[in-house]
Amino acid sequence: MIEKEILEIHNLTEEEYKRIVELIGREPNYVELGMFSVMWSEHCSYKSSKVHLKKLPTKGEGVIQGPGENAGIIDIGDGLAIVFKIESHNHPSFIEPYQGAATGVGGIVRDIFTMGARPIALLDSLRFGPLEEPANRLLMDGVVSGIAGYGNSIGVPTVGGETYFHPCYSKNPLVNVFCLGIAKKEKIFYGKASGEGNPVFYVGAKTGRDGIHGATMASAEFSEDSEKKRPNVQVGDPFKEKLLIEACLEVMDKDLIVGIQDMGAAGLTSSSSETASRGGTGIYLNLDLVPLREEGMSPYEILLSESQERMLIIGKKGKEREIEEVFRKWDLECCIIGEVRDDGFLTATFKGEEVCKVPVKALTSLAPVYRRPYKRRKSPPHINPEKVPVPSDLNDIFVKILSSPNISYKGWIFTQYDHMVQTNTVLLPGADASVLWIKENGKGIAITLDGNSNFCYLDPREGAKIMVAESLRNISCVGARPLGATNCLNFGNPEKEEIMWEFKEVVEGMAEACEFFKIPITGGNVSFYNETSGKGIYPTPVFGLVGIIEKIEKVLNPSFKREGSLIALCGKFKNEIGGSEYLRILLGENFGPCPEIDLSAEWNLHKFMIEAIENSLLLSAHDISDGGLAVCLSECAFLGGLGFDVEIERFGDERLDFVLFGESPTRIVISFSEENRKRIEDLAKKWNLDLSIIGRVGGERLIIRKHGKENININLSEGERIWRKSIEEKMKVI
Amino acid sequence: MKAGIVVFPGSNCDWDTYHALRSCGIESVFLWHKERNLNGCDLVILPGGFSYGDYLRSGVLASFSPIMNSVKEFAEKGGLILGICNGFQILLESGILPGAMLRNKGLRFICKFVNIRVENNSTPFTKNLKKGDVLKIPIAHMDGNYYLPPSELEKLKKNGNIVFRYCNEKGEINDEANPNGSMENIAGIVNERGNVLGMMPHPERASFSILGSEDGRKIFKSCIDYLRER
Repeated sequence: MIEKEILEIHNLTEEEYKRIVELIGREPNYVELGMFSVMWSEHCSYKSSKVHLKKLPTKGEGVIQGPGENAGIIDIGDGLAIVFKIESHNHPSFIEPYQGAATGVGGIVRDIFTMGARPIALLDSLRFGPLEEPANRLLMDGVVSGIAGYGNSIGVPTVGGETYFHPCYSKNPLVNVFCLGIAKKEKIFYGKASGEGNPVFYVGAKTGRDGIHGATMASAEFSEDSEKKRPNVQVGDPFKEKLLIEACLEVMDKDLIVGIQDMGAAGLTSSSSETASRGGTGIYLNLDLVPLREEGMSPYEILLSESQERMLIIGKKGKEREIEEVFRKWDLECCIIGEVRDDGFLTATFKGEEVCKVPVKALTSLAPVYRRPYKRRKSPPHINPEKVPVPSDLNDIFVKILSSPNISYKGWIFTQYDHMVQTNTVLLPGADASVLWIKENGKGIAITLDGNSNFCYLDPREGAKIMVAESLRNISCVGARPLGATNCLNFGNPEKEEIMWEFKEVVEGMAEACEFFKIPITGGNVSFYNETSGKGIYPTPVFGLVGIIEKIEKVLNPSFKREGSLIALCGKFKNEIGGSEYLRILLGENFGPCPEIDLSAEWNLHKFMIEAIENSLLLSAHDISDGGLAVCLSECAFLGGLGFDVEIERFGDERLDFVLFGESPTRIVISFSEENRKRIEDLAKKWNLDLSIIGRVGGERLIIRKHGKENININLSEGERIWRKSIEEKMKVI
Repeated sequence: MKAGIVVFPGSNCDWDTYHALRSCGIESVFLWHKERNLNGCDLVILPGGFSYGDYLRSGVLASFSPIMNSVKEFAEKGGLILGICNGFQILLESGILPGAMLRNKGLRFICKFVNIRVENNSTPFTKNLKKGDVLKIPIAHMDGNYYLPPSELEKLKKNGNIVFRYCNEKGEINDEANPNGSMENIAGIVNERGNVLGMMPHPERASFSILGSEDGRKIFKSCIDYLRER
């Protein structure tokens, strides 16, 4: 029997080792052990999450490809399809923020263009600890520079995303990267190795010793000496990636290949075994032919290297020369390293000797699946609303909320990203959703990334439902109907029963909301083990929703536009204050209860918004989320350069601070001209929606009154300065 | 009439420029960096992007591409050349335009809409504009901090070779309106003969109303009208 230490290095259990022996009918050699180690890692195999992920709806109108491929695909008509996915790069970004984030971008972009799609948009969901700590500023600076350095160079705009700060992300930063591409429907490619005797090409950068066991690293907790893992982080070359995009799209367009896959996590091992597994074939690799960056690399290192910007291509027999010509044109390395076989094995030779021969299914679909035990954890403390002290000066606390990095303007981040290249960016970052213009057919694609870990911490199931609803609301605000979604599920150690419970609850909540709204999930990513020295993160699912706008000219943005136009609140006011930024600022803690969500009311609000926008009844729309109604109104004002005067009378005797700062879902602030008032009120009735006209746009002040008393009254430009400068000021010293 | 857009490895605004030119009524072809033939183009555009990944120094490696020999000859013969962003950097590195680009003063990449003021409307690129016109056009660069030794700068000014300067919405030139620390708020310059323009802002990104500004079209339209009337 194998030594315990060797198994430990490979992050495999004794049971798993026994399973390997059973599957291949003998003891694996050292190379094979390494291959199983990465392929059966949590990161590659989803062994702890699989049983739960099955609960998510994956089918729907227009879905061409659901989970299981490099990315999901949805038909958008006119012979076009969108290809999109989100992926995490949390662990590498903590160890080496610039390269960790940069290679996160590189990896997800490869997942998209390998399917025949030109990447047209990137978004990021980022989580850091408070910016007061220098280490967190350093992390954010590195991550943002890394995303910029890579994304800008390859000419794919980073058009939006979200960034939150909470102490649980100190030492556990989250970097989730989303990419979307557009493909012609008849030119979609898959990661499939088919056709016995077809040549296997190796394309792109040379193989080095970087990133070996990167996937294994991402499948374990970190300790204080995680610094030592730095050599496990790969280094990106965006220039090479840009050339790969162009060259790969060219060989696809010329119909020269049958399958293609990025050498991502687990490098050559995963790309060859996964393509063979999907194709129901085997693959032979001659490792002597793999282009190497350094001398003396062992077969173990060659098979497990995670060097970036490399692709495995299954060419069409007889087209070898044409394929080579395209890559030569783009000055890229390209060579044949093997062939497709029909034996179902991944076989590799090195210096004339066979170094591995394992059934591809053993590495892929036969990886272990765990039903990990789970146990409900104790609910975080709920606060009795009556016990919340009434602040003496609402103006004062309002200004504090505006300057909280969770609420304030994220320009420091997104002006470092080229968000306009490709000239499709219709809404600049900061709107409810990003909107991309599809020049081919005059439609628009709306994208939003949302995650509310404060709510998910208070109630994972309800929090996940609210997250899905918020995504829907975000695309409702710009006038888009939902097409499909991807998710990135960031959690702590799944071997802990309470973490597993959080995971199960979140997945079930998400499944319920997606079923209700008929939103198919076409793929995603799970990132466990976001723990350092035993301290884990809040459950942090991130939802990437994609929608379509039939006529791009109809798109709506959140900025106030006309002096004297009416402001209305769509949706019900509920006396909820739990999980709000207000409570965290006022009391320094995240108290429950989590707000409740009524999915059918959310759907009615969506239908109302779509009809109102398609009939051009509105001037602006903005969803109420973090910071509540007061922040929502202020953002509309700052973006439009127009103040407002609002009267809160209609909500009766509820506490004004709860009305202003509560974060209940299913509410949108709209503005419109007097002449459309009747039609909007009728439309609200049709959709059984509460609509309260609360004031008017205009002037140079932000005024909120109750019973005539001005409870909030600040100067527009003063408020805007506080909101715009907060993060910038904090990042002055890194 | 035909425009040629040079494609270097790493160019990424080539198609954006193509779409913008097309919507202005001029067809364009792509010119591959390894070629030497400009295919009879009347206007040559060096587009934005990260040629050669901006490795070594932005624009420097591209300036050694075979096609740049032909571009230089074309410039000497009086042909119209427009370098946008990375294209401007390549024109500087190949000596077709004077000066150099330093890293932005904030040491960060900046992508945002800025305002630029027309300083000289007697060039083919600005003939449809008025002196003092303010254009809203985005920038997106890391190295846009234009530098020229003081004596040469005087010459540039005297000859009227500064075409665009960063300004505020009202057209005032001041430090606040200068996004990258560029000398004299310089955003675009021409050579002495006036047939080669280099500019950091991206007119192709301000060529469709749905994208927030159509001011960039005015530059393309000027070129087209100039070529038609020639």
